[in-house]
Amino acid sequence: MISDPITWIFVAGVLLLLGVATTVGHFLKGQPESGLNPAMVQTFNRRIRAWWLLCSLVAAALFLPQSATVVLFGLLAFWALREFITLTPTRLSDHRTLFWVFILFTPLQFVLVGLGKYDLYSTLIPVYGLLFVTARVAFSGDPKRFLERTAKIQAGLVLCIYCLSLAPALLYLNIYSTADIRQLQELPQGADLVPQPYGKNPLLLFYFVFVVQMGDALQYLWGKILGRRVIAPAVSTTRTWEGMLAGSGSTALLGAALYWATPFNEWQAGCICLVIALAGFAGGMAMSAIKRDRGVQDYGTLVVGHGGVLDRIDSLCFAAPVFFLLTKTFFTLP
Amino acid sequence: MTGPLIAMIAKLLTGASARWVDCQPDTCQRVYFANHTSHLDSLVIWSSLPGVIRNLTRPVAAKDYWGKTMLRRYVAGHFNALLIDRKDIKVHQSPVDLLLREIGSVNSLIVFPEGHRSAGTQIGAFKSGLYYLCKKRPDLEAVPVHLDNMNRILPRGEFLPVPLLSCITFGPPMWLETGEQKADFLDRARENLLRLKDA
Repeated sequence: MISDPITWIFVAGVLLLLGVATTVGHFLKGQPESGLNPAMVQTFNRRIRAWWLLCSLVAAALFLPQSATVVLFGLLAFWALREFITLTPTRLSDHRTLFWVFILFTPLQFVLVGLGKYDLYSTLIPVYGLLFVTARVAFSGDPKRFLERTAKIQAGLVLCIYCLSLAPALLYLNIYSTADIRQLQELPQGADLVPQPYGKNPLLLFYFVFVVQMGDALQYLWGKILGRRVIAPAVSTTRTWEGMLAGSGSTALLGAALYWATPFNEWQAGCICLVIALAGFAGGMAMSAIKRDRGVQDYGTLVVGHGGVLDRIDSLCFAAPVFFLLTKTFFTLP
Repeated sequence: MTGPLIAMIAKLLTGASARWVDCQPDTCQRVYFANHTSHLDSLVIWSSLPGVIRNLTRPVAAKDYWGKTMLRRYVAGHFNALLIDRKDIKVHQSPVDLLLREIGSVNSLIVFPEGHRSAGTQIGAFKSGLYYLCKKRPDLEAVPVHLDNMNRILPRGEFLPVPLLSCITFGPPMWLETGEQKADFLDRARENLLRLKDA
């Protein structure tokens, strides 16, 4: 894996890009008379720092065993859920339900991902988590706003834990290119030249995280340049139709240009990147709506001093299940 | 060794982040007074102090909780807790004198002037202990400490914590003014604490 030249080129390219972005951010910070809004420069620099963190997380996946990557994503998801529930008003009678959500379901989901038990981890939270939360809240003996409370807890569990856990789940798939799959299906039993699987799953995970983060940035950038029609002013004042479409389109082009790192061909990579960029955008919208409802600017400002992990990974949470589904459906053997 | 470890676990578990607003960590003798919403309060405030100051600071904690089991007694012993029996307060053995004797001329205190844990986010009226502490030792700096979200991490009546995030705000120190009445001082202290909520 580490000796693979494609992986090295990809990682070096991303590091170079991040290095350039960091230098630009540093330069802008030292130029107060550049005419740029200092708050914008600060936001830019904070985003760059978050990217360094995320990229080191997925870069670590290239060197560490799969299980270590799963644990790292588990910690990230745990922190995101902490922020989500801290922000969500729950009643004191939900305390024990929340205890099991944090202590049992969160680690169990990632353990199942680490064991590669697809049947179990794909249903644990959407089905059994829902059943458990609903029942446990009922057992607490407090029927007030029952459905609302169970929905809040379940939403946190699905968005922060389940969706994010599907990103490291990519590492356990046996991925082939579509051409190889066609060839495999046509091969007679016991043939000599069997196509090998793609095998560079950590690189695919890196590609996915990189594309989603670039999607965020490009949507923001195009929104600043072209943005005219705001989608929902009450939810977010910066997210525009132009930003969404131009940003996702350019993300698709970027993803297609990087197809050589993936098992996809140019067209497949472009289409997949378009879809995950749109999903990431939807994630940003949804999390904005939650934040506006609670009257806060960032998850980070809710509890002062915390970085706001959820602010950075909201798009990943929404894009991960989509990317996982597309990869599993079209690029693995049925 | 155990002390820093306990502090680290407490900070990880409660996701506590400390903010110092118009106040700096200092080794001078202080009375940190905080709103009381959870049994973890004293431990968490103590844990969020910088190491040097932590060693000089003794939180006041309820004996009926922290003295109950082996583990709790062990933890309490390592975070320098001063266990006060709330049921056994006598006139000739007032807890104020006991506390002042314990801290001598080096240590600081963490107290909860509401007396008992409030159920929700409301901050109740202050008991007079804080006033007597400051009256007998006018050199003590009274520092308001606001705890946010602790009541959801370990609410009353629960014994298992939920690892959410919390925030601890240290406010500007205050002193007992000469001739200030008890009620005025306690009101002023409570106002200072409430102000930290939105700081």
